[in-house]
Amino acid sequence: MKKTFLLMVAGILALGGGVARPATDANIYESPIRPASAKPLDKIVLAKLKSLGIEPVLCSDAVFVRRVYLDVIGTLPTAKEAGDFIRDPDAENKRQALIDRLLERDEFADYWAMKWGDILRIKAEFPVNLWPNAAQAYHRWVRASIAENKPYDKFVREMLTSSGSNFRVGPVNFYRALQNKTPEGTAAAVALTFMGSRAENWPKDRLAGMTVFFSQIGYKPTREWKEEHVFWDPFKADGVNDKNATGAAAPLLAVFPDGTKIDLPPNRDPREVFADWLIERKNPWFARCIANRVWAWLLGRGIVHEPDDIRADNPPSNPELLSYLEKELIASRYDLKHLYRLILNSDAYQYSSVPKPDAKEAEANFGSYAMRRLDAEVLIDAINKISGTTDLYTSPIPEPFTYIPADKPAISIADGSITSPFLTLFGRSARATGMENERDNKPVAAQWLHLLNSSHIQRKIDQGPGLKAIFESGRKPEAIVEDLYLTILSRPPTADEMECVLAYCRFPKPKEPGAGNKTGPTNKPGAGNKPGATNKSAVAAKPVNIPPIRRREAWVDITWALINSTEFLYRH
Amino acid sequence: MSENQNSENAKGFSRREALRRGVHGTMGLMLADRLVGDSPAIAAAEPEKTSATVKAKSVIQVFLWGGMSHIDTWDPKPEAGREYMGDLAKAIPTNADGIQLGELFPQLAKQADKFSLIRGMTHRNNGHETAAYLMQTGHAPGERLAYPSVGAVFSLFKSPRYKGLIPPYVVLTRAQGRFSEEGFLGPKYKPFATGGDPNAFRFEVEGIVARGIPDNRQKERRELLGKLNTMGNLMAASPQLATAEEAKNAAYELILGSGKEVFDLSKEKAELRDRYGRHNFGQDCLAARRLVEIGVPYVVINYPGGWDTHSNHFATMRRQCPQLDQGLAALLSDLHDRGLLESTLVWCCGEFGRGPKVDWQPPWNGGRNHYGNVFSVLVAGGGFKGGHVVGSSDAKAEEVKERPVYPVDLLGSIYRLAGIDANARLPHPLGIEARVLPSAAENVKSAGLLTEIM
Repeated sequence: MKKTFLLMVAGILALGGGVARPATDANIYESPIRPASAKPLDKIVLAKLKSLGIEPVLCSDAVFVRRVYLDVIGTLPTAKEAGDFIRDPDAENKRQALIDRLLERDEFADYWAMKWGDILRIKAEFPVNLWPNAAQAYHRWVRASIAENKPYDKFVREMLTSSGSNFRVGPVNFYRALQNKTPEGTAAAVALTFMGSRAENWPKDRLAGMTVFFSQIGYKPTREWKEEHVFWDPFKADGVNDKNATGAAAPLLAVFPDGTKIDLPPNRDPREVFADWLIERKNPWFARCIANRVWAWLLGRGIVHEPDDIRADNPPSNPELLSYLEKELIASRYDLKHLYRLILNSDAYQYSSVPKPDAKEAEANFGSYAMRRLDAEVLIDAINKISGTTDLYTSPIPEPFTYIPADKPAISIADGSITSPFLTLFGRSARATGMENERDNKPVAAQWLHLLNSSHIQRKIDQGPGLKAIFESGRKPEAIVEDLYLTILSRPPTADEMECVLAYCRFPKPKEPGAGNKTGPTNKPGAGNKPGATNKSAVAAKPVNIPPIRRREAWVDITWALINSTEFLYRH
Repeated sequence: MSENQNSENAKGFSRREALRRGVHGTMGLMLADRLVGDSPAIAAAEPEKTSATVKAKSVIQVFLWGGMSHIDTWDPKPEAGREYMGDLAKAIPTNADGIQLGELFPQLAKQADKFSLIRGMTHRNNGHETAAYLMQTGHAPGERLAYPSVGAVFSLFKSPRYKGLIPPYVVLTRAQGRFSEEGFLGPKYKPFATGGDPNAFRFEVEGIVARGIPDNRQKERRELLGKLNTMGNLMAASPQLATAEEAKNAAYELILGSGKEVFDLSKEKAELRDRYGRHNFGQDCLAARRLVEIGVPYVVINYPGGWDTHSNHFATMRRQCPQLDQGLAALLSDLHDRGLLESTLVWCCGEFGRGPKVDWQPPWNGGRNHYGNVFSVLVAGGGFKGGHVVGSSDAKAEEVKERPVYPVDLLGSIYRLAGIDANARLPHPLGIEARVLPSAAENVKSAGLLTEIM
């Protein structure tokens, strides 16, 4: 029964789904079905690709299931989840159905709260110093907002306008999670976070005009240690634009980033005035910024790239596409899941990552899916899931909140100060600036030393109960290999891989059912490779007498190799 | 315990003010050279200056995380009484004229001609992270940029000429981890933390020396990975994957090459290992010597054990100081015996000192609190003269009495001796202007480089 996976893949290889293609390795990663979607999004993307002479290819089911799990819930599919999906014959609907299921999983909220945690700088200690209690409150609010699919405009407005205790009102921590809490620093952070625009590239007076909206934010301590109230403090009018202003009565002249001037009414919190301008549907930054971010998060590259560097001289690679996404988002009343669904169900999201000759052009125009190393948290969670082990996450500042249950995945950690050496080494965001590029997935030698040869990873492979159960399941070696492949790479092995693995374990080669027909192990009746069967001619030429210790080592080595493979380490 | 007390010192001078007033004579001028002669647009990461001017080829930094008390150790005040000195009231003479140390440092006392003590170190910051950041970057904490620590800066500037296999910035044995040591330079400049225990039978250096995997199995594995890497082989042409492959090959040079022998302390004579002390810190020091011997530019020993002695202070001092004394003294004399001290700069301190007045009251019951107003730093070799004391604290070790030394002065001196231009631009990923040490415009306090001992 497990073998049917292999046969299916092999079948696709052989038949090529009607499209005659040579049986190369690419075929396990690509679908024979030609992209022919009539969705507006795909039409826009395809038009651009056509003009460049790029012909995209769709990814295979095995690639899709792994990709969509990692992209939507930051979690590796189990062997069963991957196998069930690949085996599901309903080719028409199964991808859409899986997308719908994943969007409702708990891990969806965990994973996206983690992403937002980078942007919103959820970190108890240096350098933003939210303090543990407040970091938890902030994260709780963000996660709950994602779980309930709070409309994005509401989500942002709550952050910009809330008042109250940092321990009790989560969103007030937006203003506290800044290294530079001056009105100017605050305005720059708002621009970066919600307009996707870097104020350091702005003309000076634009930032000055926006600064006024954030010049009356008060912070005051309470009697509880490190508790702080964030509130509108009209008496804080520090005369940003009028040095002689006395008290709150003086009207403040503020300028929106689009150049519109406004006399701030004395009876209204200027933060609200700004928020209302920002989330208005005609605002040229707001929907654009988030539509572009979501696209970049899923596809690995913004239509405006980098996604937090929107400016006139950094134009979108496909303006029509970006404006289509903006319109869809606004029409859905800022329903982010609608945007996710729209993108995930498109052919454009489901293109193959196998590079074509014009790889660079294709990637910049979304003609292929961008390979990306797994995020630090996702990577360690995947390794832990495979091996059935856990990691310890702590904060250097011992607080009750820093001790988290052993089985809690890294993607669900609230506070950037709670960490492990692995997360730091693999480039988890420092959550200092809120820039997208603070998360650093570039490979360096020290990461390889860790993956290839550290006691941390070796112990998991050697002793992890999840793997032990597979190694010692007493099944035939072919079944173990299949299980390892589905567990680690979310797909069954190819015939070549099966052969290579069995040779490494010095198990007899699976009997070849017919000359030149590479279908790998087979359950053809009478083929005679049942355990204990006497197949003297083909396989039992040499008696296999390998000590069990060596055999176990071989399984460990194979698992190690799969975990260190490009296919495991990357989203593809 | 991470409150930041950034109170300003009325007695401190701003850097600019120091220049204007010329308060420190020639020192002020030298600083002026560096700061006012603001050569524009220095190419980022230009290699170190000509080696003739480079006195410190390598640096060993012993970091005493938590903040070691100065009054019990390198700035004793026997006259201050029990209220201040507690149980450690005795000062002992050294082999350098006029220098006394706390009673727990008899071995260092025999090596005092090889090191100098800065007793006027000050930054007035009492938060662990912020003070550690100040001491390791010279930049004020809380700016938008997270600056790299001195080790990462060495890694950046020394890498072009350093061809060794061992990474240029090594930490024995655990990374500090309380702030981003590589800052905005990115993970390539992160220190390589060895893990393991150099005092164990086999120093298992994390990622390099693995338990139970002999070289032949390593090679078999590598070959297997090559065969099973189906997608990697299919996409080998991708530039992104090529970079990853290069990094992997560099890792394999360490795993399978001879470079890892530097961590094999069994190659040292047993008597020498005994001299360093058969404890984690002692063998850290020995491993550090072996690393600088093969040219590693920057080695940090994060003291294995904390110095954050709010309570149980005196017992901790009695336990840890003898090991610090033994390891550090053996390191200095061994470096000297091998002719390495001239080219190896050693510095040792925590992020701050500790309150000179003992907290006898509950719940501390004889502890000491964080204290950044004045504390001590030990410097040796690499162009620093031995046998001197720079600056002093007052009678109760509470404030600087003479010659304050600020973080930029200490780090600036280290950079100067290592041939690194403290005014050089650092490569910020977004092209934001950032320099090794703060520029004059940033108004950071300074009282001049440590020219007295350079």
